[in-house]
Amino acid sequence: MTTSDLTSDQPRGALWATVGLVRRVLAAPTVGPLLALLLTVGFFSVRSDNFLQAQNLSLVLQQVMVVGVLAIGQTLVILTAGIDLSCGTVMAFGQIVMTKLAVESGVDPILAILLGMLACVGFGILNGGLVTAVRLPAFIVTLGTLNIAYALTHIYSNDETYFPLPSELLYFGRTFTLFGADFTYGVVLMLVLYAVAWFALTQTAWGRHVYAVGDDPEAARLTGIKTGRVLLSVYTVAGLTYGIAALLLVSRTELGDPLAGQSTENLDAITAVVLGGTSLFGGRGTIIGTLIGAVIVGVFRNGLTLIGVEVIYQYLVTGILVILAVSVDQLTHRRRQ
Amino acid sequence: MSATEPIMEARALVKRYGHVVALAGTDFELYPGEILAVIGDNGAGKSTLIKALSGALQPDGGEIRLGGERVHFRSPRDARRAGIETVYQDLAVAPSLDIASNIFLGRERRLRGPVGSVLRMLDKRGMRREAARHFAELKIGLPSITQAVENLSGGQRQGVAVARASAWGRRLVIMDEPTAALGVKETRQVLDLIREVRERGLPVILISHDMPHVFELADRIHIMRLGKRVAVVTPQSHTMPEAVAIMTGASQAELEQAMTKEEP
Repeated sequence: MTTSDLTSDQPRGALWATVGLVRRVLAAPTVGPLLALLLTVGFFSVRSDNFLQAQNLSLVLQQVMVVGVLAIGQTLVILTAGIDLSCGTVMAFGQIVMTKLAVESGVDPILAILLGMLACVGFGILNGGLVTAVRLPAFIVTLGTLNIAYALTHIYSNDETYFPLPSELLYFGRTFTLFGADFTYGVVLMLVLYAVAWFALTQTAWGRHVYAVGDDPEAARLTGIKTGRVLLSVYTVAGLTYGIAALLLVSRTELGDPLAGQSTENLDAITAVVLGGTSLFGGRGTIIGTLIGAVIVGVFRNGLTLIGVEVIYQYLVTGILVILAVSVDQLTHRRRQ
Repeated sequence: MSATEPIMEARALVKRYGHVVALAGTDFELYPGEILAVIGDNGAGKSTLIKALSGALQPDGGEIRLGGERVHFRSPRDARRAGIETVYQDLAVAPSLDIASNIFLGRERRLRGPVGSVLRMLDKRGMRREAARHFAELKIGLPSITQAVENLSGGQRQGVAVARASAWGRRLVIMDEPTAALGVKETRQVLDLIREVRERGLPVILISHDMPHVFELADRIHIMRLGKRVAVVTPQSHTMPEAVAIMTGASQAELEQAMTKEEP
């Protein structure tokens, strides 16, 4: 068929255009995660009448906000072909610093919040410094800092819980009503942070460099990118997001708990990133995908509870889910090679 | 040639790695508007020489001059700032980024005004337009400037690397085995591209193992052996077997023997 056939044959042209459009839509990186989300939502709305209630959906979002913010930092790290196993315990440590300073040490609540976040940023700098300066694998560095943050949380808190918290620490747990459902300010903050991360990753040179460093660090170095500086900035910013997640965590639990943030949060954040289509091999992925991935994780946890699945089985399901997502990543990576 | 000044020259360059002498006091000249091929056996010091000229390593002795002025490159970034671009054998591109992003990688342009200076927002359209212009100038045909580099063929990828080098290289371009990983047809495209870069007035240093390509493209051939420049020949003055003989250090007698064997 020649090109003149194609242009003269109008209906056929339209058909081709539609096929092309469908193909391009399916190839868009966020479509896979979005379909997975729709499937999950579909499944749980059939199995439970309560699932699609506005009140339940707003609850899902509230449950998502902590893991959702952790997953922003985790996305940055994974884009550079690293991984941060310490995100949950670093957040736990930040949360204890904030609450203990505010409740027990009588520090001004705002200052306490900032110091708690600073502790998390400190861990980010430690992770980034070890990965860049000592050239250790991120996996082993963050496995180490996971344990350090865990130990510091218990040592610093003496295994005590801190409450009642001053109102400044609870602000993001407050709700407002929109379309008959309650939303917390924390959910709004999470969405704002996603918008900022999207801008930084797609509209600035820094974002390009993050992708380039994850794609091929040697090639990035040869084009003149200061790869060490990029990596250090990524881990530092990740630490900051864990600090913000810590504030959201206490605004939800309304206490400083040495046991909080240490069970499912680590794996949930990584699962959210991988379900969102970001490759563990680095250099590929989108922040919007991570948001969808975080919502999928939230929907799973909420839905499984609604249909009466015991908590221990939820661990089982999350474990299987993350392995499935990673397998898909591995297979597509092999096909690209 | 003697009337013009070399654009880049090196005198008595020395580089040692422990006891191993990689460069044993070699000289080097590159003249304006020429393609200079650098050939040599493995271990003859050609890649060490190229690394010294591109700033990837610092020589222990000797001097490098660029446009008559002495230079000390401490990193590839220094050399790049001086107008020297290098196309690496293993293609320093980011496969997941698009073509325009790769051309501007590490040298991104921001929007004017507060959007650029405060929000640091990229001028994506401007960079795409500029990249498309470079490709048009070099007569490289590409499907779309917003394609991810990983979707391109090996020759097209090398085209992106060459276009980047010629876009930013103000003084000269170094190409390290640019056709090593390519098929026949793609190699042809890249060879044409190297000529195109010379036509634009940029001198090229070409490192290659492929003698027929060297003899086809080069204006002059710099031959390295045991860390030194042993000869500079031209495709007109010497034949390929003669050049190989100089490169490998074969004696005149051995060379004649080899030549007679070839023609029974």
